[in-house]
Amino acid sequence: MSDQILNSAALTEAQRTAGDMDAAAVSVRGVNKQFQTATGVVHALEAIDLTVSAGEFVSLIGPSGCGKSTLMRLIADLDDPTSGELTVFGKTTTQARLDQDYGIAFQQAGLLPWRTVAANVALPLELHGVASAARRARVADLLDMVGLTEFADRFPDQLSGGMQQRVAIARSLAEQPRLLLMDEPFGALDEMTREKMQTDLVRIAADTGAAVVFVTHSIPEAVFLSDRVVVMSPRPGRISQIVPMRLNAVAGREDRSDNLREESSFFEMVTEVREALHGGAADGTADEPRGARGVDTR
Amino acid sequence: MTATRNDKRGEVAVRLEKPSGAVANPARSRLLAGFLWGIAGVVSIALLWEGYKFFGPDNGVLIGELRVLPRTTDLAMPHLWDMMVRLAEPVTRADGALPLWAVVALAALLTLGIAAAGWAVGVVVGVGFALLMQRWRLAEFGLLPWIVISQTVPLIAFAPVVKSWGSRVEIGSFEWQDWMSVALIASYLAFFPITVGALKGLQSPDRIHVELFETYASGYWSTLKKLRFPAAVPYLLPALRLGAANAVIGAVVAEVSTGLQGGIGRLLIQFAGQASGDPEKAWGPIFGAIILGLVAAGSVALLGIILKDYRRTEEAA
Repeated sequence: MSDQILNSAALTEAQRTAGDMDAAAVSVRGVNKQFQTATGVVHALEAIDLTVSAGEFVSLIGPSGCGKSTLMRLIADLDDPTSGELTVFGKTTTQARLDQDYGIAFQQAGLLPWRTVAANVALPLELHGVASAARRARVADLLDMVGLTEFADRFPDQLSGGMQQRVAIARSLAEQPRLLLMDEPFGALDEMTREKMQTDLVRIAADTGAAVVFVTHSIPEAVFLSDRVVVMSPRPGRISQIVPMRLNAVAGREDRSDNLREESSFFEMVTEVREALHGGAADGTADEPRGARGVDTR
Repeated sequence: MTATRNDKRGEVAVRLEKPSGAVANPARSRLLAGFLWGIAGVVSIALLWEGYKFFGPDNGVLIGELRVLPRTTDLAMPHLWDMMVRLAEPVTRADGALPLWAVVALAALLTLGIAAAGWAVGVVVGVGFALLMQRWRLAEFGLLPWIVISQTVPLIAFAPVVKSWGSRVEIGSFEWQDWMSVALIASYLAFFPITVGALKGLQSPDRIHVELFETYASGYWSTLKKLRFPAAVPYLLPALRLGAANAVIGAVVAEVSTGLQGGIGRLLIQFAGQASGDPEKAWGPIFGAIILGLVAAGSVALLGIILKDYRRTEEAA
């Protein structure tokens, strides 16, 4: 199992492209995104190529303004690219959205304050006409998975930030999506809660076999979670390097635990990603290593 | 004097209630405190009235030719207890005449019914406009200024016009009644705050929520039902209460200016005309109008209790 992942991680972009297109959870080809602003055109993304295989965990990391959130919004069909092509499981992003092929979680939990925890998790199921008995069973499963069973009847304002975020993650998993899009979902949490949530997420992703595109500011977070870390640089937003995580060799995804955070290979990976970040910034804007500003190296 | 003693007793009651009540049930003691504050407010107004009447000069307070405070004669400011006594007496000396309070209550009920009809029309029209304006920005640009301007038209000016237009309306067996003109004018005042409040409420969902529904491929109607209307509740409730108060004012004023019989507006004018001979009587419909307003606003507050879950915010406690 771990061999297989290792091999796939070692594949180059070109080989991936040549491979089975339908198997790719996300395929991004030559995507550009420009925004018209009062002061002129802003190049948010330039010539982005990226393939995320089914079941793969990919993090997007980079300083503020490198377009990582924009890229995620394009995949989610919340924005359209200026040029280039995006597919999700071989379909257009719009079709994938209509077919509910992905679940999404944002930096804020975004729970509906007038709904209980259970009703919030049930929302996507309700909107898509799942029968109420099936809905109840599914919600019970999900709340069990995120450890919030006894909070089912509480309202969001009665929960801590970490609990709210767990509800949001349960909600994003409600329809058993094959792809999870997460935009800094743990950004607002304290360090303790954050590590716990990361461990939970690794377990959940392994259990469900979903591919994950994970936007983050934090290098250790990206290293801990990912099969591959996509390092981006700003102005214009580009992929400067893709760093495969050799952590797979030591531990399969399902075996990842807090111990991993203390292993030397973990620190090597952190260093590698950090160097990629700084190198990427130097490529783009010559003189300043402060290109990595806004990246959390905790 | 009795009032002061009652007030003191009330204060003692609060002091005794606080320690045990606050520990046992904070919500309940808050309710009690609100109730007592309400009573204290009424009592202080009564004290002010009687105090000024007692100490103030008979001819009122004048600065030069200008009277800044009213006369304190029994004609201008009857004693409160005389007003209360008058309420219990028959409205006229005719045999079998109802007591004043009953006449006022019946009139207030009729006006409340008309105001309620006006309010209902105001809700439908107001929410309808808000939906249009939320859906199409262009509608907001085009409509909102006109809606604001509509409220600058003086009500009394067009009440007779509405009445005379109404009297020409006859569709099949449906014939326009005079009370409908009054309800229409009431709705004209009621719809405005409801439109503004509903629009603000429908536009209130955060971008994150709107985008979440977009990712669920949720259509216009289901987003409206599951997101926009629930999110609008905290904005709608005060708007509906304002609308109710406006509907009552509109109904009273329209009764006066269209000359509709039987409502409290008509009674106000009629009894005010008799004030020189029977000054206490004129205050009957004024009390009636106050209670009418309170009942109207209070019924909307009940709606707020039913919808309390929709007034929550997302923040952690």
